Amino acid sequence: MSVIEVTDLKKSYGGIRALAGCSMSFEDQAINGLIGPNGSGKTTLFNVITGYETADSGQVSLRGQDITNAKPDKVFEHGIGRTFQITRIFPQLTVLENVHVAAQRPGFVAQARGWDSTAERERAMEVLEFVGLARLAPEIAGDLSYGQQKLLEFAFITMARPSVILLDEPAGGVNPSLLRHISERIRALNSEGVTFIIVEHDMEFVMRLCDHVLVMHQGSALTSGPPEQVRADPAVLEAYLGAGPKKGS
Amino acid sequence: MTTTEIASVGAAAPEHVPYRPPRAVRYGATAGLLVLLIAFPLAFPNPTVTSIGVFTMIYLIAAIGWNIFSGFSGYISIGHAAYYGIGQYTVALIAIHAHLAGGWGLFGLLPAAGLVCALASIPIGFLLLRVRKHTFIVLTIAVMFIFQLLAFNLTSLTNGSGGLTMPFPTWTGNFFNMPFYYVGLLCAVVAGAAAWWVRRSKYGLGLFAIRDDEERARGLGIKVTRTKLIAYAASAFFVGVAGGLYAPFVGSVYPQFGFDPTFDLAVAVLVFVGGIGTLSGPVLGALVLIPLQQYFYLQFGNANLYLIAYGVLFILILRLLPGGIVPGVTNAWRGRLVARARARQEKAEPEGTGLGGTGPEGTGPEGTGPEGTGPEDARPGAGQKDRA
Repeated sequence: MSVIEVTDLKKSYGGIRALAGCSMSFEDQAINGLIGPNGSGKTTLFNVITGYETADSGQVSLRGQDITNAKPDKVFEHGIGRTFQITRIFPQLTVLENVHVAAQRPGFVAQARGWDSTAERERAMEVLEFVGLARLAPEIAGDLSYGQQKLLEFAFITMARPSVILLDEPAGGVNPSLLRHISERIRALNSEGVTFIIVEHDMEFVMRLCDHVLVMHQGSALTSGPPEQVRADPAVLEAYLGAGPKKGS
Repeated sequence: MTTTEIASVGAAAPEHVPYRPPRAVRYGATAGLLVLLIAFPLAFPNPTVTSIGVFTMIYLIAAIGWNIFSGFSGYISIGHAAYYGIGQYTVALIAIHAHLAGGWGLFGLLPAAGLVCALASIPIGFLLLRVRKHTFIVLTIAVMFIFQLLAFNLTSLTNGSGGLTMPFPTWTGNFFNMPFYYVGLLCAVVAGAAAWWVRRSKYGLGLFAIRDDEERARGLGIKVTRTKLIAYAASAFFVGVAGGLYAPFVGSVYPQFGFDPTFDLAVAVLVFVGGIGTLSGPVLGALVLIPLQQYFYLQFGNANLYLIAYGVLFILILRLLPGGIVPGVTNAWRGRLVARARARQEKAEPEGTGLGGTGPEGTGPEGTGPEGTGPEDARPGAGQKDRA
């Protein structure tokens, strides 16, 4: 059963084809790993799925519903949350306010009310507790350490209970003990039914954590399967090491 | 539990020190200021003084309104004089064409001035807010000059450079400025209440999120275009009201004084000096700078020395308090509290944890001697810093 399915996605920047007819499907309620050499189109794929870039052609669907080129706020409302390769939080707001940003309300009257309703506040403290930042709730987010900011970004993504979370390099620049902590949190959410799609270069992290690994190469899907199988696939090694069939360049 | 383990992730959480003064202080200061502002013209009824008061109120309304958009969203507009001018022309044109008499009745046009500006700002904002923050600044200036050119050239409507003359009130002497002052104060209070409301609301949190990282905010479900546009219209409304108050006060409307680039700069400077994005910053900026500027002008106006004095003051504030007066003062105040909290923590820590084995120095207060080695052995860096 697939949760997000992309079909023949194409996206070019000038002469560079970032996505060249990419088709792949991500398994529901699984931890999907998305790997591939630099420039293989992983982040572009994330950007197209989450509405930050518009696809030139092709389709993105969420549980059968077409969400191609939906705007980022709509994508979030559909239950897809994402983090960025470079951690992006709201540095001048407090940690608690950061989390509350992700709890948007429909309707103008609701928007005009105070920013932290009791229910939202409870939920906010719950997600901060979950990542271990509850004690820092009243501090200005920009004062947090890099690792703490990563956790904060992760926390506010979960605030609105998304069913799919896209993580762009969660292990980048993170020390081993924090990485263990992040992996645990991912597993815990996954056991509650949240689907993850993780772009990551740390192979050990991916192979240990993911149920299903997909490989991209030159803007399209190369292969996919369980971690052991992908690890053993000669095509994957070729893509990474460049020992594959000659392309003439 | 998993939550305790994370203490290893970063520095241990310090004792939290609030970023803002306690509520009682903030509310008390607001109430005190309001009383002072109400009493001011009664205590100093001299028209020279009260007319400074009226100008201060006009800029206060504009600064608070401008800050709702530019301060909260981070999109700096140097073109809000477009709405200052539209507000002036709205009041003047309605008053002239409806043959209204000068006096109290004209104040009834202030909401109309605001509304016309808010309506005009929606298509303009819709076009302008599609660009990034830096480009936005340039475009706002252009829009302001487009309106100035229109005012010069649509002579059938605006009488061009000849300007429009407002019906004059019959008030005389010391009383003349009073209605303008108090109506201005009332408008400023309304603007302040609106800013306070926005600051507390979910909507306002969205604006602050846009200021910090617009793309990130979009990805968390915030309708960024709508959010920015509403704030833009709200700020245009209040700047329009300020214009609507200015026109009958000076009795005439001219393109270059309505769509006035120095107004744009003045409002932005006021808010920057006071503390952009805060509630009290624009208030403080307007209440400090406008009277000073007017005073300098009256004292040294002939030689234009007032501009030099004003410039020196501005540089001093920027050098000493780069974030503005309000953030500068509150941060300094908080810095002291943080240092005190840290000292407390450090004093408490040797007893509780690390040095449990060494015993006696835990009880001894600072300054008695042997403890000098104790804590510094345990936490060399922190200990030294505190001593400095």
